Amino acid sequence: MRRGVFWLLLILLVAALALALAVGPYPLRLADVTHTVMRALGLEAGLSTPGEIAFGRVRLPRVVAGLVVGAALSGAGAAYQTLFRNPLVSPDILGVATGAGLGAVVGILLSLPVAGIQVLAFAGGLATVAVVYLIAAALRGHDRTLVLVLGGVVVGALAGACISLVKIMADPYDQLPAITFWLLGSLAAVKMSDLAVAAPLVVAGLVPLVLYRWRVGVLSLGDDEARALGVDVGRLRGLVIAAATLMTASVVAIAGVVGWIGLMIPHIARMLIGPNFARLLPASMLLGAAFMLVVDTAARSMARVETPLGILTAVLGAPFFLWLLARGKKTWG
Amino acid sequence: MTLMRLEARDLAIGYPGHLVGRDIALALEPGEILCLLGPNGAGKTTLFRTLLGLQPPLGGAVLIDGMPLADLARAEIARRLAYVPQAHLTEFSYSVLDVVLMGRTARLRAFASPGAADERVALAKLAMLGIRELASHDYTRISGGQRQLALIARALAQEAPILVLDEPTASLDFGNQALVLARIRALATEGFGIVLSTHDPDHALMVGTRVAVIADGGLRAVGPPAEVVTPAMLSAIYRTAVLVEQTPSGHRVCVPAWEKAGAS
Repeated sequence: MRRGVFWLLLILLVAALALALAVGPYPLRLADVTHTVMRALGLEAGLSTPGEIAFGRVRLPRVVAGLVVGAALSGAGAAYQTLFRNPLVSPDILGVATGAGLGAVVGILLSLPVAGIQVLAFAGGLATVAVVYLIAAALRGHDRTLVLVLGGVVVGALAGACISLVKIMADPYDQLPAITFWLLGSLAAVKMSDLAVAAPLVVAGLVPLVLYRWRVGVLSLGDDEARALGVDVGRLRGLVIAAATLMTASVVAIAGVVGWIGLMIPHIARMLIGPNFARLLPASMLLGAAFMLVVDTAARSMARVETPLGILTAVLGAPFFLWLLARGKKTWG
Repeated sequence: MTLMRLEARDLAIGYPGHLVGRDIALALEPGEILCLLGPNGAGKTTLFRTLLGLQPPLGGAVLIDGMPLADLARAEIARRLAYVPQAHLTEFSYSVLDVVLMGRTARLRAFASPGAADERVALAKLAMLGIRELASHDYTRISGGQRQLALIARALAQEAPILVLDEPTASLDFGNQALVLARIRALATEGFGIVLSTHDPDHALMVGTRVAVIADGGLRAVGPPAEVVTPAMLSAIYRTAVLVEQTPSGHRVCVPAWEKAGAS
């Protein structure tokens, strides 16, 4: 049955991939795709057709970005939820997204090039989590999980205030729209060169999660029990937070703040495959990638103007969150 | 299973700046059941956490076969000492088998997941406790008594010779209390060294080979149940008059010494 779920998710992903490649403002023909592939293999020369350019430079990077962003946010979300023993936490629980947002808006305010904005976003996300972690380390003798989460809320609120300050200082005609759009998340501006940087970082974060997949699940029993079962809790928790933060910050840096996915997807995956982290992680990533592709396809085709991703995911995510609360179970799927 | 000995030597327990108990000396031989009695807030939990190496002692040492816990890595401790917490709910709906398999963690290499051999061990332990048929059930939906047995199975899957059980009969109904106590006694006859805390002195009389009383910041008494579980001792630590009486079937039981209604 479990294998069946994975096959189902894989089929879902392939279908989403086909949909995302086929649908968009510029109608593509299958020939554009085959020509692009031939050209990449060096089997075809000459001028590219407009369709090939639209496919190779716009559609393909965007679809790959959708895959990477969706998989990374969902994988990180699964890790955080297991670690914090709470299905209501998301990859930005420790302030990653807000910190990255602050870095990016500062970059926009300083009129930095796109790469500069991304570096600042990435640094901002990592720095925020580092501060939260140091706060938790300094406040010994309290419940570690609680201190981490509350620290994330406090530092995130502070970063949010700084973002508001930057918005006031920004040029209202040029910079402010860019800031607003970035804070709502979009795959429209992602280029292959961005992905070449972000994807390896996502993989680097994923490696420890895959290697320690069993022990991460044991952490969900709580600190005392995990330690009594032989897990070095402090070290593993630090590693998991670092890995999931790296994955989140890498994709937030290229796609902006895409909320809700990291909260919703691991939960749905858990309902499909169970809470065992070794299975939850791949299931979440497959489902998250498929979901992101579908949402992004909707974002670019629903209206004449591109709809920010954050708006779509919030419209879906907020009711989902309320539904989770309303179920009122003592334990979670 | 290698049999092992647990010892607390001149132990001082508590948190930095707050001493809970001192001069605690205990020893647990294989096959023994040491019952820990004490009123609420006397420091049973702190002593437990210290015995398990979950919090450092303020003084003295906990030793397993003469080796201080402080010198052992977490996995090394877990291969010697297994912890059975009070039956609780997990946040996520693990299957009973999943929960028991987590007991194999200390036996696995760092990057490994449990394999078919571990699964066989886990199922064997479930069978040993008579709940083999619950393996695929949702751990959060079985009864409290079954959950407690599943946690004992998890500790057995750890294959540690010493078991430390935190109030294993708390929140269980009468039948399940008797069931869990019977399993614990059976484990001791197999050579496990067992430490358990309880609020019920009757349970200490039923299964304990030795009883330790924690009160007033230290170890108040240790010894055979018949010597420690006395009206004087119980009345003193629980601050209410207690009688210890013999039933016609030969069991000793504790009862509060109320004046009988209508007797006066």
